[in-house]
Amino acid sequence: MGEATWLNWLLWLPALGMVAVTALPKGRDSLVRSVTFGCMVLQFFIAAILYQRFDGTVAGLQFATDVPWIRDWGVGYRIGLDGLNVLLVSLTAFLGPLVVAGAWNAVHKDVKLFHVMVLFIQFAMLGTFLAQDLFLFYVFWEAMLIPMFLIIGLWGGERRIYATLKFVLYTAFGSILMLAALIYLVLYTHGSSGYMTFDLRHLSGSQLPLNTQLWLLSAFALSFAIKVPMFPLHTWLPDAHVEAPTTGSVILAGVLLKMGTYGFMKLGFPLFPEAARAMMPVIMSLAVISIVYGACLALVQTDIKKIIAYSSISHLGYVMLGLASLDLIGIQGAILQMVSHGLVAGGLFLMVGMIYERTHSRAVADYGGLARMLPVFSVFFTILTLASIGLPTTSGFAGEFMVLLGAFNAAWPAHLAGNDLPLTLAVIAVSGVVLGALYMLWLAQRILFGEARAPHAPLTDLNSRETAILVAIVVAIFAIGLFPGDPLAKTELAASEFQQRVAGGTIQLGSAR
Amino acid sequence: MKLLTVIVLLPLAGFLLNGLLGRRLGRTFVSIVGCGLPILAFLATLKAVLLLQAAGPDAALLEVAYRWASFGDQGFDVAFYFDRLTAVMTLIITGVGSLIHVYSTGYMKDDPGYARYFAYLNLFLFFMLTLVLGRSLLVCFVGWEGVGLASYLLIGFWFEDPAKAAAGKKAFITNRVGDAGFLLGLFLLYWALGTVNMDEINAAFAAPVAPAVSASLVGVLLFIGATGKSAQIPLHVWLPDAMAGPTPVSALIHAATMVTAGVYLVARLHGIYEHAPEASQVVAVIGVLTAFFAATIALVQTDIKKVLAYSTVSQLGLMFLALGVGAYGVAVFHVYTHAFFKACLFLGAGSVIHALGGEQDIRKMGGLWRRIPLTFGTFAVATAAIAGIPPLAGFFSKDEILWFALASQHGGSAALWVLGSAASLLTSFYMFRLLWLTFLTPSRMSHDTEHHVHESPFSMTGVLIVLAALSAIGGFFELPHFLEPLLPIPAVAGSLEHYEHTFVFVAVAVALLGLAAATFMYRRGLARGEALAARFPRLHRILGGKYYIDELYEAVLYRPLHWVSDRVFLGLGDRLLIDGSLHGLAALTRRASGRLSRVQTGQLQWYVAMAVIGVVGCLVWVWRHG
Amino acid sequence: MADTQLLLGLSFVLFALGLVGVMVRRNALVMLMCMELMLNAVILALVTFSLETATLSGAVLVFLIFVVAAAEIAIAIPIVLQLSRQRSSLDVEGYDRLQG
Repeated sequence: MGEATWLNWLLWLPALGMVAVTALPKGRDSLVRSVTFGCMVLQFFIAAILYQRFDGTVAGLQFATDVPWIRDWGVGYRIGLDGLNVLLVSLTAFLGPLVVAGAWNAVHKDVKLFHVMVLFIQFAMLGTFLAQDLFLFYVFWEAMLIPMFLIIGLWGGERRIYATLKFVLYTAFGSILMLAALIYLVLYTHGSSGYMTFDLRHLSGSQLPLNTQLWLLSAFALSFAIKVPMFPLHTWLPDAHVEAPTTGSVILAGVLLKMGTYGFMKLGFPLFPEAARAMMPVIMSLAVISIVYGACLALVQTDIKKIIAYSSISHLGYVMLGLASLDLIGIQGAILQMVSHGLVAGGLFLMVGMIYERTHSRAVADYGGLARMLPVFSVFFTILTLASIGLPTTSGFAGEFMVLLGAFNAAWPAHLAGNDLPLTLAVIAVSGVVLGALYMLWLAQRILFGEARAPHAPLTDLNSRETAILVAIVVAIFAIGLFPGDPLAKTELAASEFQQRVAGGTIQLGSAR
Repeated sequence: MKLLTVIVLLPLAGFLLNGLLGRRLGRTFVSIVGCGLPILAFLATLKAVLLLQAAGPDAALLEVAYRWASFGDQGFDVAFYFDRLTAVMTLIITGVGSLIHVYSTGYMKDDPGYARYFAYLNLFLFFMLTLVLGRSLLVCFVGWEGVGLASYLLIGFWFEDPAKAAAGKKAFITNRVGDAGFLLGLFLLYWALGTVNMDEINAAFAAPVAPAVSASLVGVLLFIGATGKSAQIPLHVWLPDAMAGPTPVSALIHAATMVTAGVYLVARLHGIYEHAPEASQVVAVIGVLTAFFAATIALVQTDIKKVLAYSTVSQLGLMFLALGVGAYGVAVFHVYTHAFFKACLFLGAGSVIHALGGEQDIRKMGGLWRRIPLTFGTFAVATAAIAGIPPLAGFFSKDEILWFALASQHGGSAALWVLGSAASLLTSFYMFRLLWLTFLTPSRMSHDTEHHVHESPFSMTGVLIVLAALSAIGGFFELPHFLEPLLPIPAVAGSLEHYEHTFVFVAVAVALLGLAAATFMYRRGLARGEALAARFPRLHRILGGKYYIDELYEAVLYRPLHWVSDRVFLGLGDRLLIDGSLHGLAALTRRASGRLSRVQTGQLQWYVAMAVIGVVGCLVWVWRHG
Repeated sequence: MADTQLLLGLSFVLFALGLVGVMVRRNALVMLMCMELMLNAVILALVTFSLETATLSGAVLVFLIFVVAAAEIAIAIPIVLQLSRQRSSLDVEGYDRLQG
């Protein structure tokens, strides 16, 4: 299996980068940046090759490695690409170099430590996505907290300590419950099958009684819902975003939030399918509440970062709705929406960082008429705004449209069968489309249009480094929006396996006629 | 060669060229690209029409560009579909569109955003062509939202003015409300039929086995989308504000093409509406009410473009009236004639504004006919056309609409006819009022303005002449008959069969009555009109305030939403309940720990005693349970 | 065997004396000595059991305890010395700064 080596390189490259950066002499900041950037670029190319060679028509893991780690407990170093994580891994690898490039001039304090932390979090995020072993997953899951804690806590804004503690306490609280649940799950499997293993493929075969499933899923779900974040566990997000440095926000919005939805998709629902079905109305309702609630709150914020933060809550609500619809189109849409949100919100946070570097203000009220002052900036901001709204031809539309179509496909038969809840929720979710346009256009109108004013004017427009970053993101957004067929073909098989496993044979969902 | 794809992509190329390079390469380049590519698209359309004609009356050209996404054995294709209905729409869009592009080279000559303007205009054409050429509702929706975007960008073209930027936003969001309805309709159709290709949808509803979905529900949902795009009650509020954009934009987007997208949608999906009498009823009633109320508002407007804007809303209402009574071809006929005379009117208004250096208030005009005779002549022809004076274009289409509103067996009724005719009367009245006040009455211009009045350059007047000619003779082309293989003409109630000619005379009489009344009121200027307004101050205020719909929405929708978001969700939910309870929990933990910590006295002996007690306790427990 | 019981009894008495001493005496030095007493009581018990069962593990543990006791004294005596220098008193009542 020579191919598996590539995947291992992908995962361990940031770790090697950490060692390399640590070994660099003190005070060589630009060297530190270059090494980190080079590492990320290399990693992106590996991911691109893997993405190209990933075969969507084959079920199961590809490029897999399975080496025993702690034999007595059945823990193994098991990683691999499958349809569920291939896009998210690519997204992570894609955003990596952009994040480093975006922070080129933003960080001047402890540059070395900062870049070590960025590589660390990249390592942990890739590990979480790639892990096919529950123990390994948990290790990476927890490891993500450390660099994020430091990035917000050391390089953040004024209330960074409050924000970072809130973030870590929220997440750690969820993680502890997940740990308890996963130990119980492993021990239970040990009891029934006679051997102990953390291998996900074996665990997902275990048959638990419904009651146990409900408890375990609740524990997992709580942990994941905090990360997504879903209403009412979302209040850490706006604080974390506002206080985090640009890099932190981009990583947070771009990749970290998807850990929650990915967790639901990879672990929560497939491990406990019966419980998932039973809890679906609750999850669906919370997803739709998140959509509307996040959008409404975004409407009344005065801080640009907070607007985008609340919009993330809204957009990830769509992801959850798509997953909870248990319809193939909805699930596919959810996966696409994850990637799209990573690109769009990541891009928006990068742009906020760019303007913040110039003006040191994030208050909407401080700005106006940037379209005249910073034409290039405004063009990109408009494109990202429109992608966030979900305008057709952008990735945001592809994701949102498919999620809503899936939700509706699942809801209409339920309605005909006398259950109106899913239909009500789907219709409310469609109304979220209007709210999304409302707050994003309102933001764009106030900062881009009107009389030109900004702190520290006159400002210089984007330089070529910044333009290059944004061009990369915009190209990706349109590529997915116009040609979603290719990524979807890679995920389709996995998505339909997920659907069959969770929806089961009893309930006939999907576009049945 | 994929002809239809080329038609769609030509304006996109224009957008990309002008958008990326336009500012660097100068105005000549921008003008050539900006006008040349739409004209090429027009020529390509002509070629497609020839191909289509050769293929027979109900044939269609079909091109699949690529598969957008697939799910199992189903999927969404990006495919283009070209039949006679598409042909008419595409010809209007590329034809009138090209004319307006040419006009714009004169009108926008000195604007610093010249390249940006043409880029947006080409972008609009791209999306509009996607809308009408798309075979599936999904592709249509892409164009549908895309034209909304182009409209947003062009309304807010002069974005330094916050009011203009706000008007753009209002247009976009109002449209989004409609789009939500469109999406729901699309979802329902996909669930029921497994396809969103519009030809297949029509076929499915015509099939002997009815689809498992209510045609009326789908029809109403899609019509909600149409009300947004075509500015019908209750989503009409954005169109008058949209006049903030440059005048050629108003002519192209907000009169000739984009706003007729709703009409196109309903006509295209006539298969649904034929089997949905309730939905058709809704369409007809909304249409006629919009036609009437918009016409009443237009009576008192003083901004030349606002008058035209409400007139557009009103005319669109008439088109929906036709759709509602099953006369789909007639509605498209009115789309076609309306495109000519309304574009001519708007561009004429643009020429007037251009001549007066930006003045738009008709109370400060008058006597212009002598100074800008070409503009006046074309404007007069178009006014007569919209008023329904025979034998100009508007007469034919409007007459047929009113006839079917009365006589169609697909929901025609006397009430619809009365309201429609009233709207028609008002239209004739306010249009001639506009003509009198702008051109014919003695001048009320300030001396300074009057000094600057000049006829527009040939790039503008030439276009006006072409459009005026089309407004004059366009009606002789029997469009409903041309479209009949696709869009059936409804049967006429038996009792009225022999009275069609009588009603033609009634329609002409109505138009002439409007002309006479306007002449009586405004021949000598504003005085009589103002006296009438003073007699009915309350009515005048209500009309001037546009029935206060904007204020109503503000009070009922926007402000409560804001209040709930700010106070309930943010204040009560996030801050008080969620964060409050978390902070409370944290404080509780801290206080409880404080209490517990008192056990740690620091006294060694106390610790030893505790340890001994603990050990003894363990021993006892082991002894008891071991 | 009577010897064993006697030795264990002695061990118990020594331990009890040490424990009571630690708990009631206030002088830090005396408390340390009482602790040594307790350790010695344990050593006595271990040696007794070692004899009784005729194995060596008890004796081995005794050496371990010696090491621990030596280490403990090596750390405790300097602490006590520092305390007495600070306050010129060895009364443990006065030293309660470790309270929570």
